[in-house]
Amino acid sequence: MKFQILLIPIVIILSVISFSVCSYVVEETDQVIITQFGKPVGKPVTEAGLHFKVPFIQEVNRIEKRFLPWDGPSNEMSTKDKTYLIIDTFARWRISDPMQYFLRLRDERSAISRLNDILGSETRNAVAKHELIEIVRTSKDRVAKTDQDLVKGIENVGALYPIKIGREKVEQQIFEKAAEKLSGFGIELLDVRFKRINYNETVRRRIYERMVSEREQIASRFRSEGAGEAAKIMGKKERDLQEIESESYKSVQEIYGGADAKASAIYAEAYDQNPQASEFYTFLKTLETYREVLGNDMSLILTTDSPLFRLLKSPVISSDSNNSD
Amino acid sequence: MSKEIEINIPDFIRNGLIVWLVVVILVLAGVVTSFYTVQAESQGVVLRFGKYLKTVEPGLRFKMPFGVDEVYVLPVRRQLKQEYGFGSTGATNPSQFTERRSRDREKSMMTGDLNAAEVEWIVQYRISDPRLYLFNVLDPEGTLRYVSESVMRTVVGDRTVDEVITIGRQEIEEEARNRLEVLVKKYELGIGIDQIQLQNVNPPPPVQASFNEVNQAQQERERMINEANGEYNKEVPRSRGVADQKIQAAEGYALKRVNEALGDVARFEAQFTEFKKAPNVTRTRLYLETLKEVVPQMGEKIIIDEDASQVLPLLQLNSQKDGGFSR
Repeated sequence: MKFQILLIPIVIILSVISFSVCSYVVEETDQVIITQFGKPVGKPVTEAGLHFKVPFIQEVNRIEKRFLPWDGPSNEMSTKDKTYLIIDTFARWRISDPMQYFLRLRDERSAISRLNDILGSETRNAVAKHELIEIVRTSKDRVAKTDQDLVKGIENVGALYPIKIGREKVEQQIFEKAAEKLSGFGIELLDVRFKRINYNETVRRRIYERMVSEREQIASRFRSEGAGEAAKIMGKKERDLQEIESESYKSVQEIYGGADAKASAIYAEAYDQNPQASEFYTFLKTLETYREVLGNDMSLILTTDSPLFRLLKSPVISSDSNNSD
Repeated sequence: MSKEIEINIPDFIRNGLIVWLVVVILVLAGVVTSFYTVQAESQGVVLRFGKYLKTVEPGLRFKMPFGVDEVYVLPVRRQLKQEYGFGSTGATNPSQFTERRSRDREKSMMTGDLNAAEVEWIVQYRISDPRLYLFNVLDPEGTLRYVSESVMRTVVGDRTVDEVITIGRQEIEEEARNRLEVLVKKYELGIGIDQIQLQNVNPPPPVQASFNEVNQAQQERERMINEANGEYNKEVPRSRGVADQKIQAAEGYALKRVNEALGDVARFEAQFTEFKKAPNVTRTRLYLETLKEVVPQMGEKIIIDEDASQVLPLLQLNSQKDGGFSR
């Protein structure tokens, strides 16, 4: 009886052990190839979950199911126009045919080294076949927006260099060539892209020099525009001042002339209306002139013949003596 | 069984007490480890024997114990951020930025006019599909960093340095976001892109001074134009005022001249009307009135007989003054 009680835990422990030896778990991120003495047995297990195998003689080989990274080393490469660039590429790939992969590469380390070879050389080939601008720009039709104030009149600044195919097509070319070569290893390539493209040290210095000279051109154009505009305004000022002054002179003279003419006309109309008026005017004006001209610094000699003193000698006034002058 | 063995086995084993103790401990451990909490901002992904079973919403949840069920809890409702070319402190997300020494290379880019620029940006994203996020791509956030760098360079490479630094920023953000979204879908990262924001975008340090000089020169141009306009405005309006003043004065003169003429004429007309009625008398009257006023004011007055006019040369004019002679 006592032994029977002991039997219960022993049975439980034994069944757990045998269960764990005969079963294995395939994670969602894994696929499994079962090998028997190193030789694959059956189809690869790609379904996640609990699976069974023959204990001790069958071995579980786990292979990644997810997309895996490939981060290419930074490589110095030359483009078709002999510009040296430092190019970083990356790719994502996955093991699409685990059996093929397992037979030909066995593990990720050898897969990565194969990827290095194939992607490295395809990248190099593609870069060498194209001019620099083809791997920098992407859309053929894009026209740059420009700040006209900044770039007007300066050649080649603010414009994009034209391209024939562009970066995405070059990436596509690398992808197609590499994908084909990799499929033989059970590897599916998802994507290859340029991560970074940079000028090498000497090219960079040249680029910087060009950028500086472009900016200097823009700066000196701004300065000269400023001076030019200022001179234009000063010229306009001179012109406007002369115009204003001369126009005012002109108006003043016209007003004077007009007034004088009007006054003359008024006088003439009155004084010249008939001979009698004209004679009367002369008479009045002469008398007025006497008043103004004659003063105490003058001597007056009059004869008794003068109209004023005629009566001194003869008190008779003849009617014809009314005419003066 | 021998007697010796029976002695070595303690009482409680013999009673089967140990069995029950083990069972109770196992059951307790199972109960304790089968409850878990999913926080409000998260979702839980449940695996049974490694196989995806279900995705659960926030709350207190139950699972099978002893490694049968496995749960990954992911903060799907939290907005996550990655920084490129810089790193702000206090980040909790391990993929938020890279180590300091790689940041310079991260932000340095070529532009479509074959210039260079240094671009810093951030990507805001969420885990949109926990199942894909966990099981489809190894290191989805690291992959996002790679793709984002590639996309930003693609977009910047299609623009001039001036577009990148000043006028095209918003367009870059939009296009980069669209392109990144397409690639994130293609890669099935299980990530949704909220937005991309450009941060500091500068020309490379060695050329920065010349870019600043352009700004200075632009301001200098404005200053020169403003100064010239100031000069213009200092003189021209005053000159206009002066001109106006002269014209007003001239108009005043004109009014005066005409009015005077009208006055003179009116007076003349009045006199003439009277004159016409009795010309001779009026003439004589006016003449004599004038002489009456004028003669007393004069200096020496001499009256001689008309027949004695020959004595005139003999008269000694005692003054040296210029004389006016009248008949």
